Amino acid sequence: MHEHDVVVVGAGGAGLRAAIAAQEEGADVAIVSKLHPVRSHTGAAEGGINAALRDADSWEDHAYDTMKGSDYLGDAPAVEALCKESPEEVIQLEHWGMPFSREEDGRVSQRPFGGLSFPRTTYAGAETGHQMLHTMYEQVVKRGITVYDEWHVMDLVVTDEDDPADRTCHGVVAYDIQRGEVDGFRASGGVILATGGMGQVFDHTTNAVANTGDGVAMAYRAGVPMEDMEFIQFHPTTLPSTGVLISEGVRGEGGILYNEKGERFMFEHGYANNDGELASRDVVSRAELTEVNEGRGIEDEYVHLDMRHLGEERILDRLENILHLAEDFEGADGLTEPMPVKPGQHYAMGGIETNEHGETVIDGLYAAGECACASVHGANRLGGNALPELIVFGKRAGHHAAGREMGEAEIPTGKRGEWEPAEYEFEVDVGAVGDRGPAAADGGAVAADAEGLMEAEIERARERVEDLLARKGRNHAEIRSAVQETMTANVNVFREEEGLKESLSDLREAREAYTEVAVSDPSRTFNTDLIHTMETRNVLDIAEALAMGALARREFRGAHWRKERQERDDENWLKHTLVSWNDGEPELWYKPAILEGEAKTYEPKVRSY
Amino acid sequence: MSTQIPKQTEKADETAAETETDAPSKGDERRAEKRRRADERRRQREAEEAERAAADENTVELRVFRYDPDVEGKQEPRFDTFHVPFTKGMTVLDALMYARDSYDSSLTFRHSCRQAVCGSDAMFVNGGQKLACKTQIDELEEPIRVEPLPHAEVTKDLVVDMEHFYDQMEAVEPYFQTNEYPDGELEEQRQTRENREKIKMSTRCIWCSACMSSCNIAAGDNEYLGPAAINKAYRFAMDEREGEDVKQKRLEIIEQEHGVWRCQTQFSCTEVCPKDIPLTEHIQELKREAVKNNLKFW
Ligand SMILES: Cc1cc2nc3c(=O)[nH]c(=O)nc-3n(C[C@H](O)[C@H](O)[C@H](O)COP(=O)(O)OP(=O)(O)OC[C@H]3O[C@@H](n4cnc5c(N)ncnc54)[C@H](O)[C@@H]3O)c2cc1C
Ligand code: SF4
Ligand code: FES
Repeated sequence: MHEHDVVVVGAGGAGLRAAIAAQEEGADVAIVSKLHPVRSHTGAAEGGINAALRDADSWEDHAYDTMKGSDYLGDAPAVEALCKESPEEVIQLEHWGMPFSREEDGRVSQRPFGGLSFPRTTYAGAETGHQMLHTMYEQVVKRGITVYDEWHVMDLVVTDEDDPADRTCHGVVAYDIQRGEVDGFRASGGVILATGGMGQVFDHTTNAVANTGDGVAMAYRAGVPMEDMEFIQFHPTTLPSTGVLISEGVRGEGGILYNEKGERFMFEHGYANNDGELASRDVVSRAELTEVNEGRGIEDEYVHLDMRHLGEERILDRLENILHLAEDFEGADGLTEPMPVKPGQHYAMGGIETNEHGETVIDGLYAAGECACASVHGANRLGGNALPELIVFGKRAGHHAAGREMGEAEIPTGKRGEWEPAEYEFEVDVGAVGDRGPAAADGGAVAADAEGLMEAEIERARERVEDLLARKGRNHAEIRSAVQETMTANVNVFREEEGLKESLSDLREAREAYTEVAVSDPSRTFNTDLIHTMETRNVLDIAEALAMGALARREFRGAHWRKERQERDDENWLKHTLVSWNDGEPELWYKPAILEGEAKTYEPKVRSY
Repeated sequence: MSTQIPKQTEKADETAAETETDAPSKGDERRAEKRRRADERRRQREAEEAERAAADENTVELRVFRYDPDVEGKQEPRFDTFHVPFTKGMTVLDALMYARDSYDSSLTFRHSCRQAVCGSDAMFVNGGQKLACKTQIDELEEPIRVEPLPHAEVTKDLVVDMEHFYDQMEAVEPYFQTNEYPDGELEEQRQTRENREKIKMSTRCIWCSACMSSCNIAAGDNEYLGPAAINKAYRFAMDEREGEDVKQKRLEIIEQEHGVWRCQTQFSCTEVCPKDIPLTEHIQELKREAVKNNLKFW
């Protein structure tokens, strides 16, 4: 068993920043990550990092924009922390050598981004995330922080008191991918989850193959509620074969969307008579999907994004990287043909419920980054607000876990504050399926002390691996793709009662199928079949909570659209959705959004731009 | 083991035999049974696929290197053939994923981002170092031969041991260092646009190790820093924010016995780099800097 003060799970932007902060605070910290740090998906971010750096700008304005963008479902204490601390964190990155794009006078450049009242997005060319990730990994190397890479964390080690608020997290159990062994990582100070996005819940996503939402699912099974899971951002222009993102820039420069008949559908079919292609992400995504559903899609799958009329010169000048993306990943030449695009899952606003210090309801368990929900994005994330979230909340969680006194948090976790039960009947069964054998283990063993608990959980994880390797059964890939299919068909940018119900019963079937899952590669060396099989369990848990939230929330807020009620309903729905695992019998409940901040109270307004 | 010396597997067999003196457990028996079934399935699948390929023109044929030190029947390296239905825009990675998810779930390779930023999937495709996710199938001759990166230990199938590459990257003090920061709160260091432009290409490295694998010098001298690590040193040495004293230290590191002077300007690294980093040029420039620097002290 390995022992450290603080164990950080994940080595993307959030995990690296958390580890650095914990070490600065004097803790012995280790990072455990299924990928080598530089392979994390933070490296894929292109656009930028929002930070109110300049005199003419203010963190208050940034907070206002973020609240408005969130459709008033962000929690003010978290939003304000983000906006206040982002500037110093960005400067910190610069001091660590990050190669930001520069102004003539040598200062860091900033550009305008959707939904922002000031051009406050700092960036490093079209590769901001890559530069941020590498800069922070360099600091981790410099500090000699221990990294266990290619270790897949399987579950948390948490005591099993009835009320999650009484539980304590003592560490994690993980599988060494290279050597095929299970071992434990005990954390006397705290475990910080920084496992990133959950795009693999859908079959078409800008996320990486490794983004299976492991941290969210692990925390959920250990008793931490998942918050606002129904809020998923879809991006309207991703390449059909890989999900690679084609930035808004193409439409900004005048790119046009066509259906199979060559109609400019944004206008001709009346989706956005004023803004056309420049309408917001969700409007364009829904328009594209309607075209495909009504038989006007190309190959029944996608639409065309055409930029040829802009002329070679302008394209090469402003959109050169798009040409490379279309060619390398889709085999399409943007200069001579239109590029195929379709909507793809992009970002999860929801996740592990935390307060503004990154603490969850379980003592000693923290979360930061895309896997967490503090909540700064509410119902909709503004572009350029995820990267600052990684560094601000990664740092906060790292400091807190390492013992820094940070005062009482204002956001209550779990049922400690005001809450109400959801009065919703799901009709279909949800949660754990009959056979609760080791293959479907959900954490939470009984043992007297931390040491004993660790040992017991390590043993259980070993049994689970042995069982998965030894048994005969179904391949996880068919189960995962069944989940992705139903989620993409029913829980995408269009959500209606019947489809959502159907997704829940499909997910039930998938859960049942998973009780028969088996790994056919018998190897102890780099067994990715085994890893993917374990990930698929996580995908299942997340998909279900997501569909439950989407079904219960009958309103249109931010990224969540419901056919039955196509408007925002502040009277009934100015509240967060929470799903608790409840030892296998998921429970849905709500808690109010916190709109009173330090700067002001953010009164809900119509979100128009 | 390495793709260059496939005979080494015999040794792996011996050690396996030594440790397996205990009576086989139930689990072992079940696993052996699984292996037998897996073998059978493989033969069956290959026959079925070949049939499909004959019936349907639009498939691609992949010949994929297989090796697993742990699994009977895979300890001797071999090539498996997969027929994958072709779709427009398909990359080598897409084809491998299809083969894995549809035919053989034990087919093993690293991958994550699918968009050439994570650097996980450099491999040897039709005899050249390529990022699988950035290589379009229709630009390749069939059958497409997919092998692990040469000059690296093979862990399993297309996965190689990256430790040596990481060690070299970390040997050049790959982190920003300066002795001076601006005084003001929230004040950044200044950097000219020209200087940022100068280091821009060097900062694009995704640690895929294609360059290292293509380099003859690195293959012969295990201690050679290699193109990627030298490029990392370049990225800092040329960054005006670091200051002269730090640059001195950097030049000393790259000038050591296994540093820049080993490079024989063969350009193989520059040719394979998926991020188009002018590696050889950067190495040459560091050589010139080092010479200039040494003259100063004479
Ligand atoms: C294409 C794209 C473009 C984007 N552009 C922008 C942008 O311009 N601006 C912006 O603000 N945001 C952007 N975003 C969003 C932002 O990049 C992400 O939300 C953010 O990078 C996530 O970082 P993270 O640290 O939370 O997770 P990641 O960087 O995904 O890291 C997750 C880490 O967790 C580890 N991990 C996961 N599961 C396990 C496990 N079971 N055991 C051990 N380790 C595990 C992984 O190995 C990895 O190291 C973009 C996102 C995408 C996909
Ligand atoms: S320099 Fe190029 S080839 Fe070498 S590791 Fe970096 S990206 Fe890969
Ligand atoms: S999968 Fe990330 S570089 Fe190819």
